[in-house]
Amino acid sequence: MARIEEITLPRERPTPARWRFNATALLFMGPAMVLVLVFFIAPVIITFAMSFTDLATSTGLSNWQWIGPENYARIFRSQFWLPILGNTLVYVAVVLAFNVIVGLGVALLSVHMEPKAGGVFRALWLLPRISPSVVYALMWTWAAASPPFGMLNYVVAPFGLEPRYWIQSDPWLIVIFINGFVGASFGMLILTSAIKAIPEDLFRAAQVDGASALQVIRRITLPLIKWPILFVLVYQTMSLFASYEYIYLTTNGGPGLFATETWSLWAFHSALSNYYGNLEFAYGAALAAILVIMGLGISMVLLRVFRFGQLVAEPRVEVE
Amino acid sequence: MATVVAPVPGRSRWLVLMPYVVLALATLPILVLYVWLFYSSFFPRVEGFRPIGDLTFDNWRFLWDPASVPQMRNRPPVIPLTVNTLLFATLTSLISLLVSSMAGYAFSRLRFKGRRVFLGGVLLLHSFPSVTLLIALFVVLRTLGLYDKLVGVILVQTAFALPFGIWIMKGFFDNIPWDLEMSALVDGAGRLRTWWRIMLPLVKPGLLALGILLFVEGWNQFLLPFVFMPSGSQQTLSTLVRGILGEGRFVDYGLLTAVGLYYIAPVLVLFVLAQDQLMRIYAGGVKG
Repeated sequence: MARIEEITLPRERPTPARWRFNATALLFMGPAMVLVLVFFIAPVIITFAMSFTDLATSTGLSNWQWIGPENYARIFRSQFWLPILGNTLVYVAVVLAFNVIVGLGVALLSVHMEPKAGGVFRALWLLPRISPSVVYALMWTWAAASPPFGMLNYVVAPFGLEPRYWIQSDPWLIVIFINGFVGASFGMLILTSAIKAIPEDLFRAAQVDGASALQVIRRITLPLIKWPILFVLVYQTMSLFASYEYIYLTTNGGPGLFATETWSLWAFHSALSNYYGNLEFAYGAALAAILVIMGLGISMVLLRVFRFGQLVAEPRVEVE
Repeated sequence: MATVVAPVPGRSRWLVLMPYVVLALATLPILVLYVWLFYSSFFPRVEGFRPIGDLTFDNWRFLWDPASVPQMRNRPPVIPLTVNTLLFATLTSLISLLVSSMAGYAFSRLRFKGRRVFLGGVLLLHSFPSVTLLIALFVVLRTLGLYDKLVGVILVQTAFALPFGIWIMKGFFDNIPWDLEMSALVDGAGRLRTWWRIMLPLVKPGLLALGILLFVEGWNQFLLPFVFMPSGSQQTLSTLVRGILGEGRFVDYGLLTAVGLYYIAPVLVLFVLAQDQLMRIYAGGVKG
């Protein structure tokens, strides 16, 4: 052993240049690292740590205690966890289907028209996403409003449907519409650029062979954009599980007890906004922790599946 | 950009028109919502699309005579709220731009220990839903003494924008050829100087596009100010609209649409001016 040590080369010490170089990187990365540490990494850890305490308005920030997995036990003792989980799954599944199908539809239709017109339609579909959520929610609140105001009642009247206050009578319809129209633009943008990236020769060749528009879409376009479609599916699944802003602004989980409450809204209500006055931070954190684990899991899948290695490749040239 | 399928002579007219008809019908709900927003703010009362009464600016009184609007009593006046919103959007977009263009430069041009891990982390956070962290952030802000302060919310919003911003900026820098920068470095200019003097001017269009997008997101932000700045004087326009909308008693759509239109107008103007850049950056940056 000793002999081996004798013949090993002296350990390489970082040259001053190398060291200085890392200092430069630190200088450039420093601000971002601090912000990410304080506002992403620490909160992830705190979410998990907090979920094992009894932190609430009643305990304050100083008088809390560790209580083990009690919050998790409480979640699954609650008579609401199953219906809320059910709501969440329905919400994610239906809005996801709406988003992807409509997003794909708008993308396909808008590339099959004059470029200018297609651009106008895509801009209109992007409007809900770039609008303030409160204003967008206000517009849907109006559309769903009871007579004589809301537009929806005028639309359904010719079909013999009774006028109603839709947020009370059909809250799911409103939740799905308001989220569906926002989310569709995501798929639309990703899939439009994917379709535009397909070499035009393929379409021309198909046309020469006499393929119909539908055949072209089914045999050429769709197979070639299946990875972007999968990406949109996975990415949207994750954001839908975590999102509650538009539900909060319209039905707020109601009407009644938890009719449209989803898991993430439940966490928000427990910890940050309820009528009882006692904000149960720890209980909310336990609810959120389940979503955080899911978020991290799905994000990792995204990185794996969508060629992460290529995305983080080293810079080509280096000056030292 | 050519149409994907060019019209072929002899193809039925219906097939050429079909996409227009279908898409126009599908887009109608969106159009109706936005047209109503304009329309309703200039009439005393609108039922469906039928105006009751004459064209009026009465709904806009909240701007010059807030005392006469019952819903505006007990609320902070609009102008300071607008200043808060503007400050919030401007500062978050400027700080995010600065921090993410620095980190983006490092990822694009420097080789350093842990680069792969850090970049992986950026990508991971990029698809990670940050709203799930709100509860923990409440504790973080309380601990740092930044709760109920504009600064605290600005920092959170800035941090949330970083994974997206860094990724986009790295892409911009990746597209810049090496020659210019190399000659500056060989001439002995420091990295910081090179980044500021040579690289940033080269990615100016990208910076502008990203800046507009970040500004719009800051301007629109509702949950963060709502949760982390509960007291009146610090609030933004989003919490004002939410406050009037959520009052529960009779909803005054005339007033609401006027305030809503006032709030959304700058976003719409920016969108009309920069829609191409915004769409490109949304599509390239992948942020839901």
